[in-house]
Amino acid sequence: MRHAAPAARQLQHTCQQFRTICSSSVSASGWFGNVEQAPKDPILGVTEAYLADDNPEKINLGVGAYRDDLSKPVVLNVVRAAEEKVMGKLFMEYLPIGGLKSFTEKSVKLAYGDSAQCIQDARVAAVQSLSGTGSCRLFAEFMHRYMPGAAVYIPKPTWANHHNIFRDAQVEQKGFRYYKPDTRGLDFEGLMDDLQAADEGSVVLLHACAHNPTGVDPTPEQWQQLSKLMLKKHLYPFFDMAYQGFASGDCDRDGQAIRIFLDDGHNLGCSQSYAKNMGLYGQRIGCLSLVCADKAEASAVESQIKAIARAMYSNPPVHGALLVDNILGTPEIKQQWYDEVKGMAERIIDMRTLLQQNLEKSGSSLPWKHVTEQIGMFCFSGISPEQVDLLAKEHSIYMTRNGRISMAGVTSRNVDRLAAALHKVTS
Amino acid sequence: MSQTLFTGPGPVLQQRIPQRLVSGRPVKHCLHLRASRLESVEQAPPDPILGVSEAFKADTSDLKLNLGVGAYRTEELKPYVLSVVKKAERKIVDAGQNHEYLPIDGLASFNKATINLLLGFDHPAVKEGRVATIQSLSGTGSLRVGAQFINKCIPGKTVYLSNPTWGNHKGIFSNAGVKWEFYRYFDPETVGLDFDGLMEDIKNAPNESIIVLHGCAHNPTGVDPTKEQWSKIADLIVDKNHLPFFDVAYQGFASGSLDEDAYAPRYFVERGIEILVAQSYSKNLGLYGERVGALNFILSSSSAAKKVLSQLKVIARTIYSNPPTHGARIVSEVVGNEGMFGEWKQEMEGMAGRIKGVRQELQDHLERINPDKDWSFITKQIGMFSFTGLTSQQVENMTNKHHIYMTKDGRISLAGLSSSKAEYLAKAIDDSVRNC
Repeated sequence: MRHAAPAARQLQHTCQQFRTICSSSVSASGWFGNVEQAPKDPILGVTEAYLADDNPEKINLGVGAYRDDLSKPVVLNVVRAAEEKVMGKLFMEYLPIGGLKSFTEKSVKLAYGDSAQCIQDARVAAVQSLSGTGSCRLFAEFMHRYMPGAAVYIPKPTWANHHNIFRDAQVEQKGFRYYKPDTRGLDFEGLMDDLQAADEGSVVLLHACAHNPTGVDPTPEQWQQLSKLMLKKHLYPFFDMAYQGFASGDCDRDGQAIRIFLDDGHNLGCSQSYAKNMGLYGQRIGCLSLVCADKAEASAVESQIKAIARAMYSNPPVHGALLVDNILGTPEIKQQWYDEVKGMAERIIDMRTLLQQNLEKSGSSLPWKHVTEQIGMFCFSGISPEQVDLLAKEHSIYMTRNGRISMAGVTSRNVDRLAAALHKVTS
Repeated sequence: MSQTLFTGPGPVLQQRIPQRLVSGRPVKHCLHLRASRLESVEQAPPDPILGVSEAFKADTSDLKLNLGVGAYRTEELKPYVLSVVKKAERKIVDAGQNHEYLPIDGLASFNKATINLLLGFDHPAVKEGRVATIQSLSGTGSLRVGAQFINKCIPGKTVYLSNPTWGNHKGIFSNAGVKWEFYRYFDPETVGLDFDGLMEDIKNAPNESIIVLHGCAHNPTGVDPTKEQWSKIADLIVDKNHLPFFDVAYQGFASGSLDEDAYAPRYFVERGIEILVAQSYSKNLGLYGERVGALNFILSSSSAAKKVLSQLKVIARTIYSNPPTHGARIVSEVVGNEGMFGEWKQEMEGMAGRIKGVRQELQDHLERINPDKDWSFITKQIGMFSFTGLTSQQVENMTNKHHIYMTKDGRISLAGLSSSKAEYLAKAIDDSVRNC
């Protein structure tokens, strides 16, 4: 562990340049008198506003948590069954710092493919982590220490918390073009140009599938081209995979981008979350893995990630790990899970279809085909922040100000009203 | 610690190696003969505390004894899941509770329960809204969020840690970019508290420093200040306008009484001193792997508490977004139900009682085997740990010769000692003290 003083001073100086600074003079106003009120989290803040609204027909299209057609949270059957089994185990001991090994092994296979060469070579460093956020934060901290001077290229736009995570880990951020407002699709030329111009050795954050917030994914051919470019430019791929299975309904298909990159020989990094695809949001279960050059490097890298985790939370929570381990543990239960994930993905695809049909029927002159072309939980509607505010104020429909709609919040009961309201605020 | 040197572009040689099948498709695998960018990442040493358990597992001797990590064991040296916890879990599963995200600051019913346990029910600070509480990942997570807060909102302050302290304290504050120093704490001569040294160092610390204090059952020494000493420490802290940061990992586990073990933080609050408190339910409810705890700011105004909470949420959002549900639900069930709460208190007394019992037995054996040395520190110290005063050489002897695993600083976890092994341990300690 580094000695505190010089590093701490440097870090403090950097922090002061970026953060909301609270006065360090204590005596005048007590220790905390000058602490500033922090702004509300833009995503989670939407749910708060929704809860405060007493309109019985209100619609929450904010946070990306799956809802069934009755707008109810869902606990998968495989999860209920796993809970019964896990309860009997009476295991509450500390996990190792890197988490439940049985879980991480299965998790890596799910992401990379059961027979991935890097797994057979035992050169994957993997730790259980606190869902997607925790994986990204561990990686960002690792990057700060072991890829010093490297910047992370982040797609424009991305999940808002990505920016916060890398900022707090003191990693320089740059953006690359991703979303094209004109087409409400991928700006592939812009993406390739920006990454062509990136410094060698930079890290590129990629959403493996179901890009959040846009729902716009590259095609397999585009992934192939990107992979070649990144090999040539020695850019490090870091995949954030929060929706495997949830995007198309097929785990292998949703993992395609990662498989393409692995086949090309990239030593990549991957953050996995089981929040959505297993509905285990609150259990905070995920996995961070880094493909390394060889077994020794994987061991060294894993040991350093563990050192970072030890100072953050010591060891990860056991409950979610036992549940996922159980579900992925037998072919029959795993297949049941695949079926349930497919069911969730299909309901969302159906809602997309319904919403687009209703919008087109409403007489709207705007293009809406992106609603079904985009994939996953989110639809980047293309409406303005002011229109978002109107939707909330006049229609009790809540979404984040970037116009991102969580399709999981759309039901056969509310889709008509949603389409009508969208048409109203955009005409 | 060496850093990876990124040497920039250079000639890259490509070499075709035999085709391999990946995911069923033939693949042209190009080997870039260029150093991996992670090549110079060094293998980190095993964690000094958690690494002990790993070494213990690898030992095949029948005699082996794990006195490393502070996890409670029964007399049969088995892990112990409290009956109230089993009951609470059953209730949670039967109720078919969902797995939705908690708010960033955690489960509201847990947050209420945890501050009530800390301060006592119906405390004015709570009623007046002067407390900011955020559920977090046990003691470590709570401390880390607190450390990040210090770095962000009260920068430039130095944190003072007791010498010695729980090993992970140093890493937590360093990684959060917070400077720390030691204050004297343990006196090897008396195997007790170096009170004068403590007072002097806290006095010499610049005004408005942050002082980490163990609420009870100091880890690793087991040495706690007396009530009179706490009073004097509080006086000094008021004089110097220091900010106390209590680490409360053993409430109820030290003496067996929740109230008694919360004496120090409650006293400071009564004195009108603003404090930070990190709590853990790992030991007292046996919820180790569930990672349940809380960070509390008990302040002089509700407006400050509100603002502090908003900052804590922003900080937690980038580490883990929101805390895990399961453990918090268990705590909430247990504390919220009168019958279960009473049962918990009894089970806690049972655990604390077993530890007090083995402490006495260990001391009795040592006094019998080696009457020339003063072993009374074993029962004077309190909680899960005893600081034996063994040197690192003696500790090595304990492990290599006697298959007894403990941390290099001489700390043993009494929670891992059974009555039936107390004599074996006594003999090993005596051997190490005499011959190494």
